[in-house]
Amino acid sequence: MRRNAIVAVAIGLAAIAVPLIITSEFYVNLASQVLIYALLAVSLNLLLGYGGMVSLGHGSFVGLASYAAVLLLNAGYGQLPSATLAILFSTACGGLFGLLALRASGIGFLMITLALGQIVWGIAYRANTITGGDNGLRYATRPHPFGIDIDGAASFYWFTLIVFAVALFFIWRVTRSPFGASLQGARDQPRRMRMLGHNVWLIQWVAFVLASFWGSVAGLLYVYYNLFISPHAISLQQSAEVLLMAILGGASTLTGPIVGAVIITLVKNVVSTYFERWNSLLGAIFVVVILFMPFGIVPGVRQLWHRWRAPKKLERAA
Amino acid sequence: MQFWIIQTLNSIAFGGLLFLLSSGFSLAFGLMRIPNLAHGGFFMLGAYLGATIIYYGGHFWVAVLGAGLGVGVVGIAFERLILRRLAGNVQGQVLVTLGISFIIADLCLLIWTGDPWTVPAPAELRPPLRVAGFAFPTFRLVVLAIALVTAVALYFLMDRTRLGAMIRAGVDDMEMARGVGIPVSLLFTVVFCLGAVLAGLGGTLGAPMLNAYPGLDTDMLPLALIVVILGGAGSLLGAFVGSFVVGFLYNFGIALFPDLAYFILFLPMVLVLVFMPQGLFGRVQT
Repeated sequence: MRRNAIVAVAIGLAAIAVPLIITSEFYVNLASQVLIYALLAVSLNLLLGYGGMVSLGHGSFVGLASYAAVLLLNAGYGQLPSATLAILFSTACGGLFGLLALRASGIGFLMITLALGQIVWGIAYRANTITGGDNGLRYATRPHPFGIDIDGAASFYWFTLIVFAVALFFIWRVTRSPFGASLQGARDQPRRMRMLGHNVWLIQWVAFVLASFWGSVAGLLYVYYNLFISPHAISLQQSAEVLLMAILGGASTLTGPIVGAVIITLVKNVVSTYFERWNSLLGAIFVVVILFMPFGIVPGVRQLWHRWRAPKKLERAA
Repeated sequence: MQFWIIQTLNSIAFGGLLFLLSSGFSLAFGLMRIPNLAHGGFFMLGAYLGATIIYYGGHFWVAVLGAGLGVGVVGIAFERLILRRLAGNVQGQVLVTLGISFIIADLCLLIWTGDPWTVPAPAELRPPLRVAGFAFPTFRLVVLAIALVTAVALYFLMDRTRLGAMIRAGVDDMEMARGVGIPVSLLFTVVFCLGAVLAGLGGTLGAPMLNAYPGLDTDMLPLALIVVILGGAGSLLGAFVGSFVVGFLYNFGIALFPDLAYFILFLPMVLVLVFMPQGLFGRVQT
């Protein structure tokens, strides 16, 4: 446990130091992107890994929060009210989507989240008069939280890092809380949990709302980063990419989705400069990961680590 | 008046097209317990294959058959080579179909470029049919007729043949069906292939109305999903009723409230989920 804490602090310090070591604006911006996607993947993983619910509509919260923030800002609200209202609106939609999707479980849940995500995409794409259709909408300017300017690449990275750290801490606490335990119980033994007097439906719904809340926060960061939102950001492919990040890294762990987000975002950015067929590669990674690495990288590496450690322990015992 | 009649007819024809798309999807879902998220990709692949056959001088009906066969072969290969390896891992199977749908979409973009391919309706069906002073688009009537014939044929296949009885047994209780010696895993391939063939046929049949363009797959897949959520997985009648309900809502939605067409689709889905989570005619709990 103490070693884990040391590792966490070391990684945290390294994350803070990123803009100091890498001076190229391009890579600092890439790091901000990684953090935004990592937040999205970690929030999705609350459903996927801890709740056992595969959602293919998580990208819709990026869209709901971003579009709401842009429209509110354009309607003359200030930065803080529009951010707050956007997240409230998006989370409320999450509550509604949860009500619908949790009418089914397993594959039914997946299909309903997919349909809901596509409907949000369809509205963004078709409702030209409100959302600008395919052209998208511009977000006028980044906010200045507490008067601090976050227009630069490094300062925006630190801003994102703070939000990410708060979110990660919160989600970590949730997974370690009695609620987290009952969420995992509801995943593994829903009937037993029901018999023990837990309201499985409510547990799962609350998890859905929490995931949509942090997904909305990631969406707000997304629109602050890009200063632009278009239907492309909430397509099925985006939701699937986030899902792939969580599965690739290892959905049963807290850190897995972060690892997945780092890998997928880097691969995507590096590959896209040399190779036009990112979607084919994404599909191929999907197929390969599911066929050959169903538990993801982090649990796989941990297994190797334990296998490497185990013989030594035996020697010591002997 | 003419507007309402034409829109009604268009809705019915679109519903027929949706039935071709979603009946195979629904049957495979009922039997294999997974939605094939590459089904929209199969539809788009069918549209492109048909457009290509016509481009190289093939007749429209040859193109329809060729697209059906081509997509059917892709379906068999996919089921045998990939889905089969994940038997029992439902979540993995669904995600693999999603991965495959990305690959199909991207390869289509690579081969047929980003420009839409228009497919003319066959020449003999282009002049409108005039009845009682109203002009009806002949081609759409023919598509509707094909969908109805397919529906009747599928009904006989499912309800009157030994194969159909085995499929229904597999949908209702797979373990029991296996127990009494029904080759359920062979049925998987048959039904999956049948669904792929229907999607391929539908793709080319729909091409004169919809064109073949990148994104056709993600436009059609949610419609098939909503049909199945409405009608219930594994039910032919459900797919039939659901297709026409969605066809009407979508078509009138686009004609009357273009901004809200997708939102209107959302309403029946909400109502069905709230009151009948199994779908209107659902055979299996999804």
